[in-house]
Amino acid sequence: MRVSVVTFPGSNCDNDAYSVFASRGHDAKMIWHKDSDLQSPDLVIIPGGFSYGDYLRCGALARFSPIVDEVIKFARKGGLVMGICNGFQILTETGLLPGALMMNQSLSFICKHQNLCVQSSNSPFTKGLEVGTVLDIPIAHKEGNYFIDDDGLKSLIDNDQILFRYCDAAGNISPESNPNGALYNIAGIVNEARNVLGMMPHPERSATDSVPSQDGRRIFEALERYIEQRA
Amino acid sequence: MLKAKIFVQLKASVLDPQGKAVTNSLHKLGYQSVTETRISKYIEVTFNSDDETATRNEVEQICNNLLANPNTESYHYELVKEN
Repeated sequence: MRVSVVTFPGSNCDNDAYSVFASRGHDAKMIWHKDSDLQSPDLVIIPGGFSYGDYLRCGALARFSPIVDEVIKFARKGGLVMGICNGFQILTETGLLPGALMMNQSLSFICKHQNLCVQSSNSPFTKGLEVGTVLDIPIAHKEGNYFIDDDGLKSLIDNDQILFRYCDAAGNISPESNPNGALYNIAGIVNEARNVLGMMPHPERSATDSVPSQDGRRIFEALERYIEQRA
Repeated sequence: MLKAKIFVQLKASVLDPQGKAVTNSLHKLGYQSVTETRISKYIEVTFNSDDETATRNEVEQICNNLLANPNTESYHYELVKEN
């Protein structure tokens, strides 16, 4: 798989994402935000961090980096795009994903392990994962409180666009298992065409043997299955 | 010169956790009649132009494209002459 990881000023999870893909034998590249060539990837990663210092709104200024127009074109042609944390915020600012990420209800930066429940296997990012699978994937954010209006939520549900919801270790989705106040416990969604994913949790931080959870691998394995079958 | 004084506010339907925390603090300070606090952004943008119509047009583009997120925020502004 050819993977392009975009770095903005203030990105800080770009190397983690790059390392995970490189260590899995993929052709991974780092792309600077001022570049205008994505280098023909199968998958673009918009990584976590604090692009442009989170000034104005998280992701708002990154939207206007030159490479983002290329990412939008790539996504509109059906290319796979995965936005993690700040990357999710950027993708909502571009309009590739609906809704917005608001400040956590607690007003605190939250950095901890979090359980997610897989809601749909109908996507390149969850292909082969059973609905109801619980994944332990860390979160680290202050603005991860997903918001969308009532019509938007209905449309996400009707179109099966919600891939991950926050839950407890047993898979119960409840207000108690919601770390940040996200509407409907939403942790990750895809666009209607199902080729663009945004998620607040960090699968790249749970994909190596040196960390407590390896559940992030399940998402990368799903992508690998998808690419393999497409080829 | 013209200056746009722009307020960007969360839409009424959007929960404002910062405003809620401030309301709680105001209650602790004894201001029991406070029922709600909403936090907004105030942004000043200065233009090297005296053409009000053209500048209003630009301010609206600036707000729609960057300063406000239409999913969650609304804006209003006034335009004042600056020397």
